[in-house]
Amino acid sequence: MSSSAQTTVPADDPARVAEFEARIARGETIEPKDWMPERYRRQLVRMMSQHAHSEVVGMLPEGNWITRAPSLRRKTSLLAKVQDEAGHGLYIYCGTETLGVDRRELIQQLLDGTAKYSSIFNYPTLTWADIGCIGWFVDGAAIVNQTMLAKASYGPYARAMVRICKEENFHKRQGYEIMATLAAGTPEQRAMAQDAVNRWWWPSLMMFGPHDKDSPNSDELLKWGVKRKSNDELRQRFVNLTVAQAKAIDLVLPDPDLRYNEETENWEFGEIDWDEFWRVVKGHGPCNRERLAARRAAHADGEWVRAAAAAYAAKHNASAAEAA
Amino acid sequence: MAEIPRTNSQHSTSSDDSQWPLWEVFLQPPKGQPHEHAGSVHAATAEQALQNARDVYARRGEAVSIWVVPSRAITASTPEDMGPFFDPGNDKAYRHPQFYKVPHGVRVF
Repeated sequence: MSSSAQTTVPADDPARVAEFEARIARGETIEPKDWMPERYRRQLVRMMSQHAHSEVVGMLPEGNWITRAPSLRRKTSLLAKVQDEAGHGLYIYCGTETLGVDRRELIQQLLDGTAKYSSIFNYPTLTWADIGCIGWFVDGAAIVNQTMLAKASYGPYARAMVRICKEENFHKRQGYEIMATLAAGTPEQRAMAQDAVNRWWWPSLMMFGPHDKDSPNSDELLKWGVKRKSNDELRQRFVNLTVAQAKAIDLVLPDPDLRYNEETENWEFGEIDWDEFWRVVKGHGPCNRERLAARRAAHADGEWVRAAAAAYAAKHNASAAEAA
Repeated sequence: MAEIPRTNSQHSTSSDDSQWPLWEVFLQPPKGQPHEHAGSVHAATAEQALQNARDVYARRGEAVSIWVVPSRAITASTPEDMGPFFDPGNDKAYRHPQFYKVPHGVRVF
């Protein structure tokens, strides 16, 4: 999730960098017009735009199930959730634009395939239980991550996260309710729920990114207060929270090495398949191509709406000019 | 305060993409509070900006009123102003109530 070419960045004045880092150390918030190291700005653009893209692409695996939701209640919930994800994408694009980039450029990078987004959305949603699992695991993991980012040193990012966190709890609860309902249902429904857990558990753990020792951007992001906790700390917190939730609805997390450590009070877990992680990040997951194709088609299909709005604005402006 | 991008490139109303002018969005939460900056939206017209702002920032009753302002129209102070521009004038003690003596015996003033 957080690998990028380490591009060379023009050197900043060391005195200003020291002053900047002192501000971070004092817990001050960095605002758009404040001086910041070029590298800080670039890291934020990279991270925030990836985050915004993830919200947008995240609509695709779920949108896939809106027409097939099993009841009107489930359908309206899912519609509202997908609408929220669109809103979340917009909050973060808006925050990213405060760093002096255009949303147009960012979206173009997504459509070109040069921008990254969360790999979790490159997995398919095969059954209805997958929608429950996405809410429970994927939104659950996102909450752990975003609660931390709500304290990020960059003001617009932190404020967008506060807004998102308020809405994300609904997403997780609706997902968990789907899973609890299926788990208490017929043997077929139970099996469907367990199958979804089996497929989504490990990719969800991968959402937190590589181990700290293998994460090229982590040190810098932690030093500058963009992140307040490391990938491994956040992953551990997610596991600790989720084990009890799985137990409560009698579903089994697919990890034979999962055990409680009395001393550390952590649920220890088995090794993640990092080969799979890197394969999907590099574009060879089950749905990478499909997701991008769907996104491109949606963008092209929306062209007439953009053209109509622009024509309306032009007409409006012309008649306003005439009246003046 | 308004979060105005550093390079405020306005690609007017070209229909090749979604980059309409940028508008800053201010929401008034219920209960008589002042409008507060929430974020920004792109929109071709003021009316569309209002609708977009409602859809993006006020889906759950967060606001009883919305203002949208073209980002270009906002004049903002700069961080360099931090010193003199916001000088509180702490040397002017006579601006504060403690400067004034109240006779003994007057407890609640």
